[in-house]
Amino acid sequence: MSHLPILPFIVPLVAAIVLLLGHGRGIVFERTLSTIAIVFSMLLAALLLVTASDGAVRVYRLGDWPAPFGIVLVLDRLAAVMVAVTAALAVPVVLVARQGIDTQSRHFHVFLQLQLAGLYGAFLTGDLFNLFVFFEILLLASYALLAHGRDAPRAKATLGYVVLNLLGSALFLVALALIYGTLGTLNMADSGARLDTVAAADAPLVRTAFALLAAVFLLKAALLPLGFWLPQTYAAASLPVAMLFVVMTKVGIYALLRVVTSGLSEAAATADLLEPWLSWLAIGTIGIGAIGMLAARRLTLVAANLVLVSSGTLLLGVAAANVTSIAALLTYLVHTTIVTAALFLIADIIAERRGALRDTIEKGPHLGEIKIIGTAYLLLAVAASGAPPLSGFLAKLMVMQSLTATPHAWASWMALLVAGLVTALVLARAASAYFWEPHRADGATAMAAHASRADATRPLALPLVLLLLTALALVPLAAPLSAYTRATAAQLEQRQTYRDAVLGNATIERERRP
Amino acid sequence: MEIVIALGLGLLAACGLYLVLRPTSFSVALGLTLLSYTVNVLIFLGGRLGATAPPLALPDAEGLADPLPQALVLTAIVIGFGMTAYLVAVALRAKGESGSDRVDGGGGA
Repeated sequence: MSHLPILPFIVPLVAAIVLLLGHGRGIVFERTLSTIAIVFSMLLAALLLVTASDGAVRVYRLGDWPAPFGIVLVLDRLAAVMVAVTAALAVPVVLVARQGIDTQSRHFHVFLQLQLAGLYGAFLTGDLFNLFVFFEILLLASYALLAHGRDAPRAKATLGYVVLNLLGSALFLVALALIYGTLGTLNMADSGARLDTVAAADAPLVRTAFALLAAVFLLKAALLPLGFWLPQTYAAASLPVAMLFVVMTKVGIYALLRVVTSGLSEAAATADLLEPWLSWLAIGTIGIGAIGMLAARRLTLVAANLVLVSSGTLLLGVAAANVTSIAALLTYLVHTTIVTAALFLIADIIAERRGALRDTIEKGPHLGEIKIIGTAYLLLAVAASGAPPLSGFLAKLMVMQSLTATPHAWASWMALLVAGLVTALVLARAASAYFWEPHRADGATAMAAHASRADATRPLALPLVLLLLTALALVPLAAPLSAYTRATAAQLEQRQTYRDAVLGNATIERERRP
Repeated sequence: MEIVIALGLGLLAACGLYLVLRPTSFSVALGLTLLSYTVNVLIFLGGRLGATAPPLALPDAEGLADPLPQALVLTAIVIGFGMTAYLVAVALRAKGESGSDRVDGGGGA
């Protein structure tokens, strides 16, 4: 049994512990160790991607206990893709954090590593209770990261986020208690298999349990009635944290996808649990995100609302739940994570250069180096709004094609197209304020202050270029990427292979529950 | 017995939910604690009610008490405790920043 599936979790965890032990050795030590751990994790994630590409489901039994009794980690294509996206995003995040934000309060890198450990763990686990534990690890780290920084009062935004997620955790536990009480297992593969043989008396309880579970995941994914916390929270976070949080909504979507594909829709007890309403709410989420973008007065808020739009788009794919839609949503997920994070980054670069105006969409001082920033902004705007020739177009096209056979295809198409138009409109309006109508009467002193501000943002160029190159590389790499995501979706469809790999072929006698 | 436990849990959850919806962070913390009590008891019930089942595999026993919910509930208690402690810390900091205990951003205490 190879130890590969657990390594992505172990590396950041060990890094966090060493960072805690070495506290007081100075910021250089912390930054170096954190960067090394993240780069190493990225290499590991690449290895995971290659390993998983043979289509086998690799199971890691903790303590070598057989599956439904012990906890298992499962490495399949889906887990590998999610780990790789997160690991790829972590590199620019740590590069941004190194530019001084990590010194604003203690232990930034410790929490960053813990958050990554929780994320990787959540993607790799094959057990629902273990998923809860990893959710708590990543949430606790995210609470601390959100409150991080002295430059703005963040405690109020953090408080709302913490209360909401504590309620979510309570619901998660209720769902787990009901699932264990009725199905007698918390292993994802096992519970999927047992759904088929639920007694008629237990069926309503099972249905309630999975509805609660879906609600918890959709709270993380910020689906329409549960998503109003997101824009304010993300806009209040410091830059590296906001970039990392882009992947947090994707955890909810991943978990929902995992549960849905474990056999939820085929079983009689849970049939039609999500299908009737999920796509409509996803369309509503896209709508709310588009309205939020139109209303936003700051570029950071635009980016935060873009997270809502992409969440809605991804959930449309989950609602359709066929091979093409899952492949399309995974392709879109890779694209949107990178591009939205880059938008947060460029919003901060613009904000730093405009002094007191920050990133409000108003006429302001000349930005300086306008050609470089403008080009980067243009590329991101094209990619974010889904216009050709960049990755956004290809990904959105895949999503729209995959939805043609669904009952509400016209509504989904309309929502996606209108959201793309609104994104383009809002980003163009912001660009005209930032780049084309500057030169508000500025004194010489203001210009001097502005020059020093421009210098301060120059180190942010490296992570921005990294993100941009990744986004651009998604165009020539579209064929291999979509081939990989198609194979991933096909693998998710083969439930029996997954169950056999996790549970083994031996059937173990279990006591009948009273 | 079932009906007593079910009603008790329902009452506890209702009180918790009411307190969570109050505007001051103190009652929110209290409400979340009540909710986590509810959840912990509910996890226990996942292993079925019963006072006679032995915890160990005795040779002449009818059935066994399910040990797994106890492990689950222990994890849930520890996590819930840590989270509540953090919530109180954040609430204190929010009070320090804005001078009020309200979670909705309104004035007054």
